[in-house]
Amino acid sequence: MNGYAGKILRINLSDHTYKTEQLDHDMALKYIGGRGLGSKIMADEVSPTVDAFDPENKVIIATGPLTGTPTPAGGRYMVVTKSPLTGTIASSNSGGFWGSELKFAGYDLLILEGKSPKPVNVFIEDDKISFKDAGHVWGKIVSETTSILAEEAPDKAKILCIGPAGENLSKIAAVMNDINRAAGRSGVGAVVGSKNLKAIVVKGSSKPTIADSEKLKELVKESRGKLKDNGVTGQGLPTYGTAVLVNIINESGVFPTNNFQTTYFDKAENISGEHLAENFLIKRESCFACPIACGRYTKADEVEGGGPEYETIWAFGAACGIDDMKSVIKANFWCNEMGLDTISAGVTIAAAMELYQRGKITDADIDEGLSLKWGAGDSLVEWVKKMGRRDGLIGDKLAEGSYRMAEHFGMPEVAMAVKKQELPAYDPRGIRGQGLQYATSNRGGCHVRGYMISPEILGLPQKLDRFAIDGKAEWVKIFQDLTAFIDSAGLCLFTSFAIDGEGYANLTNAVLGTDFTQEDILEAGDRIWNLERDYNLKAGIDPSQDTLPKRLLKDPIPDGPSKGNVTRLEEMLPKYYEIRGWSEKGIPKAETLEKLGV
Amino acid sequence: MEIKVRLFATLRENRGKELQLSLQDKATPEDVINKLEIAKADVAILLVNGKDGNYTRELNEGDVVSIFPPVGGG
Repeated sequence: MNGYAGKILRINLSDHTYKTEQLDHDMALKYIGGRGLGSKIMADEVSPTVDAFDPENKVIIATGPLTGTPTPAGGRYMVVTKSPLTGTIASSNSGGFWGSELKFAGYDLLILEGKSPKPVNVFIEDDKISFKDAGHVWGKIVSETTSILAEEAPDKAKILCIGPAGENLSKIAAVMNDINRAAGRSGVGAVVGSKNLKAIVVKGSSKPTIADSEKLKELVKESRGKLKDNGVTGQGLPTYGTAVLVNIINESGVFPTNNFQTTYFDKAENISGEHLAENFLIKRESCFACPIACGRYTKADEVEGGGPEYETIWAFGAACGIDDMKSVIKANFWCNEMGLDTISAGVTIAAAMELYQRGKITDADIDEGLSLKWGAGDSLVEWVKKMGRRDGLIGDKLAEGSYRMAEHFGMPEVAMAVKKQELPAYDPRGIRGQGLQYATSNRGGCHVRGYMISPEILGLPQKLDRFAIDGKAEWVKIFQDLTAFIDSAGLCLFTSFAIDGEGYANLTNAVLGTDFTQEDILEAGDRIWNLERDYNLKAGIDPSQDTLPKRLLKDPIPDGPSKGNVTRLEEMLPKYYEIRGWSEKGIPKAETLEKLGV
Repeated sequence: MEIKVRLFATLRENRGKELQLSLQDKATPEDVINKLEIAKADVAILLVNGKDGNYTRELNEGDVVSIFPPVGGG
């Protein structure tokens, strides 16, 4: 079985047993792997109405067929489960080196079932599987957990774990690997915590077989050339990291500031990628087989570690009215240590600041010495730590994410979230397609389910008028479908700045020995999208939730280059439903599901 | 007329972050990049007052021209 390892490892945490199963090759080709195959297994095995923290919920950790191959940036894995944050199917992906190592150990997927009676670590060394008590690392931060387990593990083993946030069932907890890479979104770390699983240590010794290794060598060379020649992947990302976006998004007047109350941050230069590179960057970091190396390794005072990414800089920066890069770097560092999603953590703090601004949170609610005033960078690190440990009233409510926190304090409308998941760093009022994408994302507020910023702001693969309505539904669908394929193949989305659908099909065919066309991979993406939609509908996430916070629909941007705009979602949604083959009410038609074989 | 130019990422090298330029009336963004010796091939995004610009549209007094090389992320 080329590309795929050919095996699934099913782990029962309740009784510490496991079994190995053969991968269904036909099913794998239909749903590709990663996000798609993980979602298919969820749909087959886990009731959509299960409570996320019920032991009946499962966590599927899935590589794709290109994970661990020489394909550029082919090191991704997915964590698929029912989300405690959104109630939707969750699939959060991460880079680093853990995913490829799982493949080398001989597994395409891990299926984690049940709940351990007490904290446990799972060690995987090829076909040797062991369960070890995790009492000594439970409660510990991510770097410390990783160091301790590295001592107990085979040389060069890769370590995935949760931090205190996952143990404490924070609904915005991440799964961490290689210390500072995160499967960040949708609270997947909390589901792992609910199973009393602290870490998975993996070491493998075999490489996946390649159908046509000569052809792959040629295509890898060509793809690497495209990535190097492309201005974004060959120059912008390596030099400045993702933070290079701060200025372009701000200059376009779509950089949400003070919890989306305004969209231009006059101090953006202080948190820009240029400023980061000049003052804080120690070195670049790359994931498995990745020539881009967009990762940053930075230092601010006593803190030194991976990141921060653009989204993080925005969430702890402009979203909170903060322009102190040192505070942002430290907050990012502590999010990684606590095992928190940096987007949701920052946006939830921003929502708390607005609740304070509006008198819903008062000084009496706030821990001594801390502040929730706009721009209060000095308090960020402490809020992150309190969030991770559910310490105090505010810390406990922050751990629930913005929606539940804002609801508790009587003003849910300040939660800048879709399907209860915090929105990322682009105000959709000035980027129409991105607004449609946010509203229809199958895991709630998210930019990487269909990155419309690429055509609407960056001009890739072509420049679209960001204020136009016409044609946006079609673009969103193509971006969502292609992304679903990339997420399932085990590749990094950033490769799509330089590699097109045909390029992906060629790489996939060389690895798997298939004859996929560009149309086939888009159809696979469409199939995966509809499978997720179907699951969400059965989970009770009805189409009325394909919407945005009222502020983004009703309140025009008050000033700056995008002044006067609202999202105009209702003008795009009917067309989107139509081209998806869904009813006017947003339900996939029977013939659509049949055609796609869902 | 006076306009403001903001440069970003690698375009700042040897040029600075923000420049005030005096241009003749009816000058265009093309005149701006020529004056700053920026090759068109190095420009990925051109904004005039935060909105998509083009090389041939005439500029007005006080306009802000923002110029970016290829950038991306997410």
